Amino acid sequence: MHEKRIRVVIAKPGLDGHDTGAKVVAHALKDAGMEVIYTGLHRQIEDIVKTALEEDADVIGMSIYSGAHLPLSKKLMTQLEEKGISDKVVLIGGNIPKKDIPVLKEYGVDEVFSTGSKLEDIVAFIKDRCEGSK
Amino acid sequence: MKDKKPEELKDVVLESGIAVKPVYGPEDVGDIDYDTEIGQPGDFPFTRGIHPFMYRQRPWTMRQYSGFGTAEETNERFKWLLEHGQTALNVAFDLPTQLGLDSDDPFAEEEVGRVGMAIDTLKDLEEAFDGIPIDRISTSLTINPVASVMLAMYLAVAEKQGIPMDKVRGTTQNDILKEYIGRGTWIFPVQPSIRLIGDMTEFCSQKVPRFNPFSVCGYHIRESGATPVQEMAYAFEIAIAYIQEVLGRGLKIDNFAGRIAFNFDIHGNLWEQVAKFRAGRRLWAKIVKERFSAENPRSMVLRMIAGGGGGGLTVQQPENNIVRGAYYALISALSGTQTMALCSYDEAYTIPSKKAALISLRTMQILADEMGLTDTVDPLGGSYYIEWLTGEMEQRITEVMQQVEDFGGMVKAVETGYIQREVSRQAYLREKQIQSGEIVKVGVNKYVMDEEMSEVEFHPFNPEVIAKQKSRIKEIKASRNGKEVKEALKALRKAAQTDENVMPPLLRAVKSYATLGEITKVFKDVFGEFKEPVGL
Repeated sequence: MHEKRIRVVIAKPGLDGHDTGAKVVAHALKDAGMEVIYTGLHRQIEDIVKTALEEDADVIGMSIYSGAHLPLSKKLMTQLEEKGISDKVVLIGGNIPKKDIPVLKEYGVDEVFSTGSKLEDIVAFIKDRCEGSK
Repeated sequence: MKDKKPEELKDVVLESGIAVKPVYGPEDVGDIDYDTEIGQPGDFPFTRGIHPFMYRQRPWTMRQYSGFGTAEETNERFKWLLEHGQTALNVAFDLPTQLGLDSDDPFAEEEVGRVGMAIDTLKDLEEAFDGIPIDRISTSLTINPVASVMLAMYLAVAEKQGIPMDKVRGTTQNDILKEYIGRGTWIFPVQPSIRLIGDMTEFCSQKVPRFNPFSVCGYHIRESGATPVQEMAYAFEIAIAYIQEVLGRGLKIDNFAGRIAFNFDIHGNLWEQVAKFRAGRRLWAKIVKERFSAENPRSMVLRMIAGGGGGGLTVQQPENNIVRGAYYALISALSGTQTMALCSYDEAYTIPSKKAALISLRTMQILADEMGLTDTVDPLGGSYYIEWLTGEMEQRITEVMQQVEDFGGMVKAVETGYIQREVSRQAYLREKQIQSGEIVKVGVNKYVMDEEMSEVEFHPFNPEVIAKQKSRIKEIKASRNGKEVKEALKALRKAAQTDENVMPPLLRAVKSYATLGEITKVFKDVFGEFKEPVGL
């Protein structure tokens, strides 16, 4: 039977222009057989949620380097809830201090992959969450 | 351990794809003619340096990147750095400012004052430079799509300090093409963005002759994943695009080429970096002389800021970054840079603490004052390996430049996303090489430690900045002459719509205390916004 490919939206919210990490992860997920939709820079949280809905994404990966990860992630989680799609797997990447990881998880973020994370760990986590539950 | 036999020696291939032999000798440099290919320092083709006596005459300028929160806080940090021997300023703006948004814009909210200082009106910039004599301190303004607005504000601050335009020294980064490739602060489409750079260059060549209107940045391209060869090749192609824009206005190359500045990155292999800069100087001199028929040798020199790049620093074992920074500064000095800046050891995480910023400054001072780096020009010149490698780098940079030109030039290559794809592919390749251990990063994939103890202190973010900036905008809007603002913005719109130079109406607009956001909106209305090619 033809398996549905895992669909991932890689998003850059807000004004931060550091997109190398997001693009590297996008390449790695593509290489691992996933369908990757990259939003491009300067996206509002509203746009990201809309893209996730339209693309029927399984996973939303948001990359933030400016230090604004807490308010932006909170906003994302609230809007996913409002749209009734809080079942999506949400990953946060970028420059995230250790002490903020529990806070992000409290917001409902599934996992945080900060700078220096292994690409294979990100791939494995997504596969586990998306294929494990099917 | 037993010594390896020659045939068992490990292959060494540089990031730029150059295979390195274990030993170099006279046979490797036999066909290099000293006078035409290397030359005395200060003479064409400037391989060894752009001045005859380099640091013996004047050590490199030390210019750390700094700025955060309000103009007031930044002013305090500027004065502190100058008191400790820094010799110039390099201004960091927050992201809303860099993207032409006022602090009260809903899209700006989370970012006000975070990664640099917030500037909404001329009032903020006046405060940032309060008590700093800007005719004596050269300032680099790290801003791109709205660099024209910041230049106007800076000139207005100078005027208020009683300094005429022709005495103002400094640089606006103002390299929009590299923003589309890496760094990401772009607003308008490519063509009108380049037109703004042309307007500024034309205006400066006539009115602000000591100001560098743009600084072409290989730095961010390399930070985004490019190889050292791509860094130089893409930067040169970008510079060529700007030169063509300005020549199209009837200016002569010698009217402005002497004010073109470059900004390059340092991390990775020491020899490859040194050769990169020597090759870059030689190649750039040939391009300006042969392709653009410059006659004045000052037009042909590659003037650069080269600093320790954040891309080489690691989040793991952050104190190792102090050591890396020292080596990067050494490379920078061995490469003949004009200005040096170092990313601080905590900069992979946060805005540098005072302690970290001071260590970076001391690193450069120790090199200049203790280690003999200013004694003699280009001390690696004449090394069999370095001269051979300089030639190899030059050849490869030329090849990559040719690829861009075959594609139709840098403007087209960026508009279509070709360069962005090349760089992101290279970034992925490099990351895979790091993760597999093929590229060694100490503390990351070798000599790894459990690191509970090594969290650095984060720069505290002051949420009051937003409220402060918002109430300030309100105050200014209430007290300024509304009619003058309206008329100034109208004049700006007219200039933007025609081919009139935008700088004079911009000066009028900032002096009327129109906000950065109001001014940017005029440009957005006329020029539209860039549509990012998002294919990987």
